[in-house]
Amino acid sequence: MKRYDVIIIGAGPAGLAAAIYTSRAALATLVMDESSAGGQVKTTHQVANYPGFVEPIAGHELAGNMRKQAEKYNTKFKLAADITALHLSDQEKCVEIGNEDKYTAKFVIIATGSSPRLLNIPGEKDYKGSGVSYCATCDGEFYKDKDIFVIGGGNSAMEESLLLLQFVKSITVIHQFDELQAEKITADKVTMNPKVNILWSHEPRAFYKEENKMVVEAENLKTNKRIRLERDGIFIFVGLVPNSAFLKNTPIQLTKYGYVITGPQMETNIRGVYAAGDVRDKRHRQITTAVGDGTVAALEVIRKV
Amino acid sequence: MLQTNLEHIESEEQLKELIENNEKVAVCCGRMGPMCIPVYDIFEILQENYPDIQFRDMDFDIPAAAMIKGLPECQKFWGLPYTIYYRNGKVVKATSSIQSAKEVKSIIDEVFA
Repeated sequence: MKRYDVIIIGAGPAGLAAAIYTSRAALATLVMDESSAGGQVKTTHQVANYPGFVEPIAGHELAGNMRKQAEKYNTKFKLAADITALHLSDQEKCVEIGNEDKYTAKFVIIATGSSPRLLNIPGEKDYKGSGVSYCATCDGEFYKDKDIFVIGGGNSAMEESLLLLQFVKSITVIHQFDELQAEKITADKVTMNPKVNILWSHEPRAFYKEENKMVVEAENLKTNKRIRLERDGIFIFVGLVPNSAFLKNTPIQLTKYGYVITGPQMETNIRGVYAAGDVRDKRHRQITTAVGDGTVAALEVIRKV
Repeated sequence: MLQTNLEHIESEEQLKELIENNEKVAVCCGRMGPMCIPVYDIFEILQENYPDIQFRDMDFDIPAAAMIKGLPECQKFWGLPYTIYYRNGKVVKATSSIQSAKEVKSIIDEVFA
């Protein structure tokens, strides 16, 4: 059993900002993450709206700097860590990792962020990387002069479609509503492109592969009729989900969408447990707002120690 | 050029030598893109926990990457990164696209046990 003053679950901008503050206040700070440090920022090509950088900075560089800054003040890290048990109700909280490691602290800050939403339909996992993709920048060129599907109608779907249009022969957008949710300026650029057509009010139900083609079985949400369409590949951009599944059997209050409910000082319904960043129920999710949340949570912890 | 803390493979000779002289080798071949960076980072963390495995990365756009791209296991891959696991010089597993730490650990436990 190892004891810390504060355990921060999640090593994205919210968690790392909190760690910088608590470590600088000489609190023994442990940051744990099921993956590596950096959160979604490390996968962002260029960050142009983070104050202090006149020129855009690569996301992985910004994330790397945040981690180094936390380490400089003696934050400890436990990465690629699977949380197997979480005890948050007592004054002394306990987080178990794997079968052996137990960590305790009076304060826990949950900063696990969010992840791209999966459709969770048959075929999606099976064809990841061989017909199903989640990144235009990474995989667009594999589909040069090919016909593809884009699933989704929000900002990320339309922005990624614009990138894909540089490579592909055609895009069929499959969207569950009658209109796109993306900002009009981006949506217009996509819809006005002659290489794009849109299948409105449809939702994919399954993906198959037949010879070299990807087949989408899509349901018309108005008539419940199913159709089968084939193209060369499928790109999925259907929003984000909070990384809060590990909290479901704890007393932490979540919204119906799985976001953690906090007060203005980031405290959850459990004394000594805070939440910060994209996992928290709030309107705006940016690197800057995550860093702000992490800062507030850390200052509250420092005040209460 | 990949900006990671992993050792990079830069030539076909290096890759051949690595897989000939080491029982367990894992190579992540990609770019500095959103699907690749998390896998490099996971390799970096895991190399401390699995000292018997040689973890490397490789730039997808250098000529030597043809050795990875040409593997029969990769012919149906349409997503970066390509991650290849070699045991005793032979490919024992290959994956395409992003993998979580849990998925990488599970592959390692399966193919390198």
